[in-house]
Amino acid sequence: MTVTLPAGARTVGSVHSWDLSTGVDGPGTRFVVFLAGCPLDCLYCHNPDTRQLRNGRRTTADAVVAEAAKCTAFIHAAGGGATVSGGEPLLQPAFAGELFHRFKHELGLHTALDTSGFLGARADDALLADVDLVLLDIKSWDRALHRRVTGRPLEPTLDFARRLADRGKEVHLRFVLVPGLTDPPGNVDGVASFAASLGNVSRVDVLPFHKLGRAKWEALGREFTLADTPVPTAEQVRAARDAFAAHGLHAV
Amino acid sequence: MSTQHAERTRSGAWDGFRGGLWRDAIDVRDFIQQNYTPYEGDAAFLAGPTERTARIWRRITELFPEERAKGVLDVSWDTPSTITAHAPGYIDRDEELIVGLQTDAPLKRAIMPNGGWRMVAGALRTYGYPVDPELERVFTVHRKTHNAGVFDAYTPAIRAARKAGVVTGLPDAYGRGRIIGDYRRVALYGVDRLIAAKREEKAGLDAAPADPRTLEGVIREREELAEQIRALEELKEMAASYGHDISGPAATAQQAVQWLYFAYLGAVKEQNGAAMSLGRTSTFLDVYLERDLAEGRLTERRAQELIDDFIIKLRIVRFLRTPEYDELFSGDPTWVTESIGGIGTDGRPLVTRTSFRYLQTLYNLGPAPEPNLTVFWSPKLPQGFKEFCARVSVDTSSVQYESDELMRPRFGDDTAIACCVSAMEVGKQMQFFGARVNLAKTLLYAINGGRDERTGEQVGPETGPIESEVLDYDELLARFDRQLEWLAETYVHALNVIHYMHDKYAYERLEMALHDRDVRRTMACGIAGLAVAADSLSAVKYATVRPVRDGSGLAVDYTVEGEYPAYGNNDDRADGLAVGLVEEFMRKVRKHPTYRGAEHTQSVLTITSNVVYGRKTGATPDGRRAGEPFSPGANPMNGRDTHGYVASALSVAKLPYDAAQDGISLTNTVTPDALGRTPEERVRNLAGVLDGYTAVGGFHMNVNVLNRETLLDAMEHPEKYPQLTIRVSGYAVNFVRLTREQQLDVLNRTFHGSL
Repeated sequence: MTVTLPAGARTVGSVHSWDLSTGVDGPGTRFVVFLAGCPLDCLYCHNPDTRQLRNGRRTTADAVVAEAAKCTAFIHAAGGGATVSGGEPLLQPAFAGELFHRFKHELGLHTALDTSGFLGARADDALLADVDLVLLDIKSWDRALHRRVTGRPLEPTLDFARRLADRGKEVHLRFVLVPGLTDPPGNVDGVASFAASLGNVSRVDVLPFHKLGRAKWEALGREFTLADTPVPTAEQVRAARDAFAAHGLHAV
Repeated sequence: MSTQHAERTRSGAWDGFRGGLWRDAIDVRDFIQQNYTPYEGDAAFLAGPTERTARIWRRITELFPEERAKGVLDVSWDTPSTITAHAPGYIDRDEELIVGLQTDAPLKRAIMPNGGWRMVAGALRTYGYPVDPELERVFTVHRKTHNAGVFDAYTPAIRAARKAGVVTGLPDAYGRGRIIGDYRRVALYGVDRLIAAKREEKAGLDAAPADPRTLEGVIREREELAEQIRALEELKEMAASYGHDISGPAATAQQAVQWLYFAYLGAVKEQNGAAMSLGRTSTFLDVYLERDLAEGRLTERRAQELIDDFIIKLRIVRFLRTPEYDELFSGDPTWVTESIGGIGTDGRPLVTRTSFRYLQTLYNLGPAPEPNLTVFWSPKLPQGFKEFCARVSVDTSSVQYESDELMRPRFGDDTAIACCVSAMEVGKQMQFFGARVNLAKTLLYAINGGRDERTGEQVGPETGPIESEVLDYDELLARFDRQLEWLAETYVHALNVIHYMHDKYAYERLEMALHDRDVRRTMACGIAGLAVAADSLSAVKYATVRPVRDGSGLAVDYTVEGEYPAYGNNDDRADGLAVGLVEEFMRKVRKHPTYRGAEHTQSVLTITSNVVYGRKTGATPDGRRAGEPFSPGANPMNGRDTHGYVASALSVAKLPYDAAQDGISLTNTVTPDALGRTPEERVRNLAGVLDGYTAVGGFHMNVNVLNRETLLDAMEHPEKYPQLTIRVSGYAVNFVRLTREQQLDVLNRTFHGSL
């Protein structure tokens, strides 16, 4: 394969932070780089501090890859890989693309893209070729509710999901369960039935809404409108999982 | 005590075992290698607790609330303990499969005055027991103690360093411990054979020494061997009082467990050592259990019962200690450390079904801090065992892990951990336990020219205070080097005195009887406050640090301007400083001669003394406030490791084991969510994390999988959590038995969760 990429030192992105995490940003232990900037404005966002591009630190791809390289021996032994998350990684497609390419080919790591899919059209085929797994967030099936929760339309995400299905790209679908907001049975079932129709969704993570990001909203001087919304009960979470499982999906 | 099947005769005790060198010489490792059956399957074969086991355990747990409330349940205050001093004691004589207690009743503690009378008297007064004037006269007038000997020989410099807390926790007022008798020998050979071997060893020293330099050494060894033989005789007598004749080898699995336990029991009847570790017994006992299972003399249920009963005994080992001791090592630990798993030098895993059975006790009896179950981890361990270990950790937080890959090449494959992280070849190696020095305080001495930041007293060498407005890295480093030189010299001097006196006045005769005569000895030094010292150096190097001085010119606080890279983020700039400190102090320690020619080693371990050390140390240039606890062991400072626990572990893994062969301790507390979203995922991911840590050269990891809310609730409602176990720097404790200050320290420690 002879893809010529610009030298890493010249590729610069806006990076919020990096982390090593286990079992939450894709399978196993992963190097996770959070890119700054997101076009969505989700009511329950737990990292509102990553929303603005300008909140990131200008960082070269070289620097990010070098940081990841310090952990590869661990990751290879532990099982895992690298995840580009955010924010929304596809807001910086060239930067994200270079990271995926180098994580995969220089470091030999399994790669995951953590995205809302809203900017899926910006992920070109070369980028997708370097992504082993997509962690795709579908916030809602009800179009109006999607707009209310995220401030944006749902269609681009669905288009991206179909494109991934056409390519046979493995997807872990994520659905955040917010009582009184995203939990109507029809809404959950809509997402489930769509996901099941794709054929490439190997797992669904039903993520219970939590309020641990609240302090970050307050630090940004913004009102956290879900402050009084309860976290879902274990029973509610189980019901949502069952709804996905009813469509033959592996839901956890 | 009768079994349904006929007991094997004494002469047939070794029937069915494969021969080898072990038949002709005392060589337990060879016996294991010739006879054990590796087990590569999963945990499906294990048996749950029987009604009998549950009843016995309940008899004990019913005593815990009173013990917790009073501090001790009861004390045998009038009988200095020896191997034979107490009449037999039982939990339930009719139902127990394995018998023997330290005194005549469960949880009743003994006094062991050879370590020091003051501590015994102090502890008795603390708990409201009489101090027998006759005993007091014996141990202050007629019979000198270890503690008295040490203080006769301490120098003024040592006393000052000790008082200031720059050298502290020294085993000068309590038993040094960290010696592991090869208790398996008693089961395999019987006591008579061991006595014969000791007589031979002694006869080897019959010739009058020609070289004046060896003269005292030879006399000492001959006296020690005589003591060892006497201890073995007493061991037989103690076992006989329980109706067992252990002069010959164990013939059945039940006897093997019983004989081995008697040997250990003899040790804890006589020595109140800081750590009274068990060794590496599971795969040894497995040979006996498998033989009886194969011959139909035992069922899996019964095999597990024997192990459960044995573990119950290990859980109730108790020592009488003073409040000062409890403050250093809280939660009443005994460090009955048992080493499980690992890989043999021939590549076969040393995992057997009994390795699983030991871990299974954490389910059958519930979580517990003791015995301190320690898994020797290697990526090459069978997957079924890895996943069972990880599952037990996720469910009980009661297991610690140490790198078999680091230990096997250096100490062989019959190595066990004493205490928390100290590796030693069983029966062939022992250590002189040396507690630790306070590196953070020493750094302050560099700034204050050897004056203590809390008292103003001159403790370290007078190097003159640093007087600049902003601390200069190179100047600080040069001063620090001089203080460290003094510290290493004073420290090794103190340890030499301590161990000379311990050998003389509180010799571990039974434990040493279960060693070869010519043992490898290490002088186990240690350091505390590593993260504080490294971060302080980093702050001075990368940020702007201004001392705040009091009227006498003493720097008592610091302002830090700007950011500095902190140890614990996989950042070489800071991690390199920690590595440099470890290597440099080891180099300095090695310059000083040691008692009995012991090899110098050091550990990066605090146990729970990180709280006390912190309290005794003023504000530091990293921004830590005066009195704030240090991080435990080699852990990065609380909250400064901001990239997750794996990044933090990668920093710790950089500390070179060869400059800290007495162990490097890392304690990780993660929420279940930080390991994965399902129980299966958590198990697989934790096993992966342990593989990863071992692969990058990490040595030790305590794993707690807990929610903060659980601990908060346990602080408010201890009665709901009698068995809540949490790992702290190298051992485990019942959370509800920690002091409130220590509970808060655990709570405030980085809880690695996921958002």
